[in-house]
This record gives sequence, structure tokens and C-alpha cells, in this order.
Amino acid sequence: MTTSEIASPVQGQTVERERNHRRRLRPGKERSNILTIAMFACALYFLLPLVWLVISSTKSNTDLFSTFGYWFAHDFNLFNNIADVFSYQGGVFWQWLLNTVFYAGVSAVGAAALAAAAGYAFAKYKFPGGTAIFSGILGAIMVPTTALAIPTYLLFASAHLTNTPLAVILPSLVSPFGVYLMRVYAASAIPDSLIEAARIDGASEFRIFRSVGLRLMAPGIVTVFLFALVATWNNYFLPLIMLSTSNLYPLTVGLAQEQQAAGAGGSAQPLFAIVITGSFISVIPLVIAFLYLQRYWQTGLATGGVKG
Amino acid sequence: MSSAVASKTAAAASGHPPRRRNESRRNQTVAAYALILPFVIVFLAMLVVPLVYSGVLSFFRTQIVGGTVFVGLSNYVQAVTDPLFLGGVGRMGLFLVIQVPIMLIFALFFALALDSGRVRAAKFIRLAIFVPYAVPAVVATLLWGYIYGSNFGPITQVISALGLQAPNLLSSNLVLGSIMNIVTWEFVGYNMIILFSALRSIPTELYDAAQVDGAGQWRIAWSVKIPAIRPAILLTVIFSIIGSFQLFSEPQLLYNLAPNAIGTAFSPNLYAYNLAFINQNINYAAAIAFLLGLVIMIVSYIVQLTAQRREREQGAA
Repeated sequence: MTTSEIASPVQGQTVERERNHRRRLRPGKERSNILTIAMFACALYFLLPLVWLVISSTKSNTDLFSTFGYWFAHDFNLFNNIADVFSYQGGVFWQWLLNTVFYAGVSAVGAAALAAAAGYAFAKYKFPGGTAIFSGILGAIMVPTTALAIPTYLLFASAHLTNTPLAVILPSLVSPFGVYLMRVYAASAIPDSLIEAARIDGASEFRIFRSVGLRLMAPGIVTVFLFALVATWNNYFLPLIMLSTSNLYPLTVGLAQEQQAAGAGGSAQPLFAIVITGSFISVIPLVIAFLYLQRYWQTGLATGGVKG
Repeated sequence: MSSAVASKTAAAASGHPPRRRNESRRNQTVAAYALILPFVIVFLAMLVVPLVYSGVLSFFRTQIVGGTVFVGLSNYVQAVTDPLFLGGVGRMGLFLVIQVPIMLIFALFFALALDSGRVRAAKFIRLAIFVPYAVPAVVATLLWGYIYGSNFGPITQVISALGLQAPNLLSSNLVLGSIMNIVTWEFVGYNMIILFSALRSIPTELYDAAQVDGAGQWRIAWSVKIPAIRPAILLTVIFSIIGSFQLFSEPQLLYNLAPNAIGTAFSPNLYAYNLAFINQNINYAAAIAFLLGLVIMIVSYIVQLTAQRREREQGAA
């Protein structure tokens, strides 16, 4: 073992795991054709609906009804559709997109920060009531969030918070699973000796948390951030009950409302292309975020899943 | 252990009396409380208080004559005999028994297949399976709703082109299955990633020996890998139980496409929503939501206990 591995045992472990894994995958170990074909067939099931979405967003309303779903129509209408999506009802789609980014971004940063601080404290300090409080938080993972929505709505209504961005953001800040994940992660990623050494150097506890704790917990924090981001981005129930002004809607509620209008009757028929193209556009940001940040799902979850 | 040793040597080296150590202890306790405080405040305000309030609400009833009065358990008595609520719970129970095992078995199979290193283009396949998790439930439901639909849905198009009568996937007989398919599509990848991450962190030494002994991949998966990731499997089971009982977005959105097949009480959550926001019957809705929470906790608890007992039995055997 080199000194750098001693200083950071977790990194050392990951390196070793990677090495082990590569050994597992080394050429010479036969790949299975049957398994590969079966997996591709399964992957098709997950991709086909999205392929349909992409193809359909290139079609006009009439072509949607008159052409086969899995092939392009004669006219390529994607750019017209996109223009329609963004100009519909005075460009409210822009507002929905910005709202979604804002709600999800603020909630995710807040949830990750709260969970990181609490998880670090639960992992690295022994303090009176610590275990009891942690058990309480752990138990709350099982409380269905939607069962909380109605009383939260009433409480917010009496505080005049309904129909404001806070009504969506505040409940999204609580992530008991995030605290659990951060605690497990902090316990394995931050060696006690490092904290002890910083103490001897005279660093204050907060300074240690900031410069040692946060730095070593970074990959875990990103995982919690991503979970909270997806949860808020995709949330429908909470904004549906909390918000009543179209200008405050996130994409989910806005699109659902458009779908209702699209299905309402013959005269509203042109909305189908808008709903489909709008859905397509709303999926793109998260898919890109996934592609870029996918390794963080794994690092964070590996710790949470194994030690659970 | 090591920290205790380190602090002792530190104190000895710097020659400070134990008083200094006590002060450090106190500092640490203060820091710990300060660090958990922000979360605990939000936790109390956004989770504990609403939960308690929901409980309180459920003991009252608003009447035309007499206003809001305390009615004790009367709302609960009404709920446990309410066919709409019971129907919803039953439907979610069915959902739990059918959809959750299918979803998790596929997730586990995919995770094992990808971990075995025998699949070509594994990275692409992993991503393809995971990507629906990035799709909001609203969009997933819109998407599948159109795909199922008779207007321009490709399923109907293909079956009709073959000269057959396409089934109405949004009819009351089939709609539960159609929703199961949507939820499976959304969450297989999510569960697969949890299980796959757990598999990746098993030390290879654990099954290198088995491999040398000539054990096949299936054998290794069954006797080494699956037992090693049991905690992760339990985690996915619990999350799936919580998720399926809370089903809301999918039936709520499909209602627009198939109002008669879904109705107002397809899932308990949809029922509570309609009671609270359409019928303005907040108190009864609170009782329903509370009862649903109780059902979820009991089922999750039973599953956890069963898993623990099985583990202990296997440990003893």
C-alpha cells in the first residue's frame, strides 16, 4: 500500500474494486451471445416508448392520426411543433421550464446540504439523543409523503404560503433517506484519524466539517443532490395541490393540464402535437444530467445499499 | 477505537490535562447539535407537525349543523367499511403482489447479467434500462396513455394492421395491468442501479474461490452474489411497497383518457385527493391518508421482520 492509499482508505478501496472489476472483465472470459441478445431485446422495451415520443414530436396533428407511429411522416414538423410549444398561451411553457429548474435546483441544493450536515454529525459525533433522533428520522422514510400533503396544504393555507414557490420547495427539503445515505457514506469515507489530526492542529469543529468532511463526502452529496433533483423535477402531487396559478406551475402540472385540454374535445385536437413535443422537450434536461452524472448514482448507492 | 487511541496520544504529546479534553468533548457535542439542527427543524415542520395535524384532523368532522365537532374514531369506522377505500387498498394490494415481484426480479436479473461481465455493450444497455427513471411519471403516463390509446397508438395500429381486433388497454378490466406496465417501465432501471451498485462492491475474493471450484455463473449468482446483496434487495422491496401503495399520478392522469375505468377511488391516494379537494371533506380525507400510512408501515414492518427472521434461520442452519 502506498502512503496516499493510507491517507484515504476509501479511495484506495475504490481503486482496488476497479482493479478487481477490470480483472473480472478481462478479455478471454467469454461473452455470451444469447445473454447479449436477450438484454438487447429488454433494452428495446425501455427505449421504444421514447423512440415513439421522438418520432411523434416530428409530426403534425393530422399526421399523428394518419401515419404509423414508428415511422416518420412525409412532413418534418419538429421545428413547427417546438415553436408552437413555446408560443402556446403566450409562451407559458418557458415559465414552466424555468419554474421547474428553479424548484428542483433550490430543493436539491437545500436537501443535499441539510442531509450532508446531519449525516456527518450522526456518523462522526457521539452525543446525547443522537441515536434516538436518527432512529426517528429513519422511521420517517416509511411515512408516505402523499399522506402528508393534505395537512401540509392546510397548514400552508393558514400561513398564506399556498400558491407560492415556497409551498413546493419547503416540503421538498426533507430527505430522510438522504440523511441515512450521508451517514453511511460519511462513516466510511472520512477516517476518524483525519478529524483527530485536524483537532490537534487546532481547527474548530466547523472548520473540520467544511474542509475535511464536505470534501471527502462530495460524491455522496452529489448522489443525494441527484435524488432530490429527480424527485422534485418529477413531482406532480405536491405542486398540483399547492399551486393554482398557471404561471407558477412546473412542467409536470402544466403538461398534465394541457393533456386534459387536448382530450377535452374535437375543437381542442391541435393540442396533441403540442403535448407530445412539450413532453419530449421536458425530458431532455434530466436525460442529459443523467448521462453526465451517472457514475455518481453508483458510488453513492453502493455504500447505501451494502451497509443498509 | 483508533480515534480514542489517537486522542490519548495527542493529549499525552501536547501535555494537556484532561480538562482540555472535556472542553473538546463539549465542543463536539455543540457542533453535532448545530449540524443536525437545520435538518431537524425542517423535519419537524414539514414532516412531524403535518403528520400529527393529520391525526388530529381525522378525529373531527365538519357538519352543516354544529360546525366542526370531535367525533372520535368515527371517521376510521367509516373508512374501514367504505367499499371505495377498501377497493382501492385491495387494488394496491394486488398491485403489490403482482407488479413489485415482476419489477424486482427483472431488476435483479439485469443487475446480475450486467455484473457478470458477459454482456456486450453493457454500458449502453445499463443506460437504456435506467433512462426511464429520468422521465417524470406525468410524461411516462402521457406517453404510455397515447401508446395504449385507440386514436393513434402504435399498439392498436399494429394489431389492426394484422387484421385483428385490438384490445382496449384502458378498459376497466385491463387498466390495472396497463398501469403496472407503466410503473414497471419507470422503475426497473432505478432498482437495477441500486442492486448493480451493491453487486459491484462485493469483494471478488468472495467468489473467485467458487469460480476455481468450477461453480457456474448461475450457481455463483444464487449462492454468493444474491446473499451478499440481501440488504440492498430489502431496501428495494421496502421502497417499492411504499411507492406502490402511494400510486397517484398514473391513475389521476389516465382518468382523462378513461374516466369510467379509473373512477374517483382507483387508488387510496386518488380517493383522498378527490375527497379533500373536490368534495372538500378534509377530515375524512385525513383519516384515509392516515390509515393508508398505517397500512404501509405495517406491511413494510412485516416484510422487514420476515427478512430478518429468514436471515437468522439461515445463519443458524
